[in-house]
Amino acid sequence: MPTLEVMKKDTKTNLEGFAAAPVNLSLKPADKIKLLREMIRIRRFEERSLKAYQAGSIGGFLHLYIGQEAVAVGTISVGGKHDHYITAYRDHGHALTVGMGMDECMAELYGKATGCSKGKGGSMHYFAPDKNYWGGHGIVGGQTPLGLGLAFYQKYKGLKGSCLCYLGDGAVNQGAFHESLNLASLWDIPVVYIIENNGYSMGTSEARSSAFQHSLAKRAEGYNMDWDVCMGHDIYEVRAKTEIAMKRAHEKSRPTLLEIDTYRYEGHSVADANKKKYRSPEEIDEYKKTKDPIYLFKTKLIAEGVLTEEVYETIDQEAKNEANASAKFAEESPYPTEESIQEDIYWEVDHGRTSQGRIFFNDEQE
Amino acid sequence: MRKLTYREALREGLSEEIERDDNVVIMGEEVAQYNGAYKVTEGMWAKYGDRRIMDTPISEAGFIGMGIGASMLGLRPVMELMFFSFAYVAWDQMINNASAVRYMSGGKINCPIVIRGPANGGTGVGATHSHTPENAIANVPGLKVVCPATAYDAKGLIKSAIRDNDPVYFMENTLLYGESWDVPEEEYLVPIGKADVKREGKDLTIIAHGRCVILALKAAEILQAEHDLDVEVVDLRSIRPLDEEAIINSVRKTHRALCVEENKPFCGVGAQISHLIQSKCFDDLDAPVKRLSALDAPAIYSEPLEKLQLPNVDRIIKAALSVG
Repeated sequence: MPTLEVMKKDTKTNLEGFAAAPVNLSLKPADKIKLLREMIRIRRFEERSLKAYQAGSIGGFLHLYIGQEAVAVGTISVGGKHDHYITAYRDHGHALTVGMGMDECMAELYGKATGCSKGKGGSMHYFAPDKNYWGGHGIVGGQTPLGLGLAFYQKYKGLKGSCLCYLGDGAVNQGAFHESLNLASLWDIPVVYIIENNGYSMGTSEARSSAFQHSLAKRAEGYNMDWDVCMGHDIYEVRAKTEIAMKRAHEKSRPTLLEIDTYRYEGHSVADANKKKYRSPEEIDEYKKTKDPIYLFKTKLIAEGVLTEEVYETIDQEAKNEANASAKFAEESPYPTEESIQEDIYWEVDHGRTSQGRIFFNDEQE
Repeated sequence: MRKLTYREALREGLSEEIERDDNVVIMGEEVAQYNGAYKVTEGMWAKYGDRRIMDTPISEAGFIGMGIGASMLGLRPVMELMFFSFAYVAWDQMINNASAVRYMSGGKINCPIVIRGPANGGTGVGATHSHTPENAIANVPGLKVVCPATAYDAKGLIKSAIRDNDPVYFMENTLLYGESWDVPEEEYLVPIGKADVKREGKDLTIIAHGRCVILALKAAEILQAEHDLDVEVVDLRSIRPLDEEAIINSVRKTHRALCVEENKPFCGVGAQISHLIQSKCFDDLDAPVKRLSALDAPAIYSEPLEKLQLPNVDRIIKAALSVG
C-alpha cells in the first residue's frame, strides 16, 4: 500500500506552503487569532502553574507542555463533532484547547473540590467527556488501546468520526502501543496516533531509546498503515497534515501514525532533577529562538496583516490575567470533603445501588 | 425443569443480552469463527455476525484496552479472556484504566464492561494457565468480581453483569462448563452481591465461591452421612460486592465457620471473610474460623499432585472435622 513519501530528514519548514493548504486557506482572520490565543493561553496557564508549584501550592507531578503548544492547538482545531481526543500525562494543553476552563484546570492542580476532577485526578488526569476529551492518562502508552476503543465506537455506530490519540516518543516502545497499531490497521479503525516527539523520553534521548530508520512513524509500515511526519512548531503544517489523517479516518476508516516533531522547554516534569544535564542550555535556547511555535505564528500573522503588536500584547495580557485569576480561584477554593474520598468510584454508588452487598471495606467500620 | 450445562446457560444469557441491547458486543480470541476455545460462544457468530461477535488477535492489552475505551462512550463489550490467567498481560488496562478512570475524572466517566473467562486450576495446564485472581481484583476499588458456581447462577449473573454500569470481572471454571443444572425457560436475573445458601445446616458454615461450592456440597453430604455433621454451604457468588449479611446470618446460626477457596492462602478471599466473621460474630463463635485454600505453591502440573494441591472433597471433610 502507498505510504506518504515524506521522510523526516527531508521535511522542510515551509510556512508559505502549508499556509496554502485548503484547511488553512479557509481560516478567517478571527480563526487565526483564536489559534494564537489558544497557544498563548496554554503557555501562560502553565507558567502560572509552575509558579504555584514552586511556591508549594501544587504537589505531585507537573508535566509542562510549554514549547509544544502548536501540536494540541493545531490538531484539535481540525476536529469536528465526532472527533475525540485522548492523551498521556502532559495533558494541560489539550485540555485548554478542547475548551476546559483555566479555573477548573488550575483548581485540579491545587487538589481542590472545584477542580475538573474534584481534586481526585491531578495534573496527569484531566477529563472532559462532554468536550470529547477522554484524558489525561498517567501510564506511558496505557492510553493507546483506549484511543482505539473511542475510535472503534465511531465505526460501530456508523459515525463519521475519529479519535486523535496522542503519545510521546517514549511511548512508542510500549507493547500496548504496538498491539493498538496492529488492531487499528487490521480492523480499519479510524484512529490517528500522534507521536508528539519532543526528543526525550524523560531524560533519555530518542537516539538512546528507540531503534528506527528515518522516523519513529515509519514503524507504521510494518502494520500496513499510512504514516507521516510533521514539524510541530508550524501550526499550519500541523493542521494540514492532521486534516489529511482525519480525512483518511472519516472517509476510509483507516488509521494513520503521524509523528510531530516538537520540543519541551521544561523538564520531563517539574520534578525532573536532571533537566539541564541530558541536554545543553544552547539546545533549548536555539529552539526557542528559531522554532518557538507562538513566536513563529505571531510573526506570520503580523506579516499576513492579521495581527498587530498591540493586539498581540492585549491577547497576552488577557491570558496572563486569566491565569492569575485561575490561581486565585484555586487558592480560594475548598479542598474536597473527607466523604468524597469514596464517591465517584462506582457508578451505582453515585446513582443508586443496582447490586447488593457491601461494596467498600473500611477497616474502621469493623 | 430443563437442564442446561454451565456453558449453555452462559451462552443463553449472552445471546439474550446481545438481542436486547445493540451496545452489547463480544470480543475475544477465537470467540467467533472458531466458536470459542471452550465453546461458550458456539454458534453466536453464525447467528449474530461480524458486527457483534469479533475474533481478536492474541493481544490482550490491545483488545481489552480497546473494549474499555469503547465502554467509556457507552458500548457494553463482553471481552473473553481464553484463560483469566491472561489478564496479567492486560493488567494495566484492567487495573489502572478500567478501575480508576471514573475516579480520576471525578465521576464523569464509567466503564460498563464485562471481562469474563475461566479462572481455575485442576486441568493439568501448569502454573501460567491456572491463576485465580479474584482476590487480587477484588482488592481494587472500582471493580466488581463475580464467580458463579452453577449454570443457573452463571446465566443470571452474566445478564446482570452486562447491564451493570461498572466494570464486572466474571470468573468461570472450565471444570464446570460441561456440568448441568436446572435452568428455567423464562428470563431471570441473579443480582450481583447476593450470596446463596446452597445447603442449609446447623453445625458448621462453609463459605465458598465458584467450583469450591460444588465440592463443599459433596463434602457436606458425606459429613452428614458419616459424621452426623450438618453443614450449611454459603455460596458467595460475588466477591465484591460481598454479601456480608448472608455470612453473618449463617455463622450466627451454626457458630462455626470454614472458608474454602481455590486461591493461594496468603491474602486470599478467606482471609477477608474470616476477618469479617471475627469482627462481626466474635461472641457467636464456638471455635476459631478455619480456612482451606490451594497449597501455597505455583500450580503443579503433575495430575495426582495437582488434585492434592487444590481443595478437594477429602481435604474439605478433614478441614470441616478439624473445626473445634
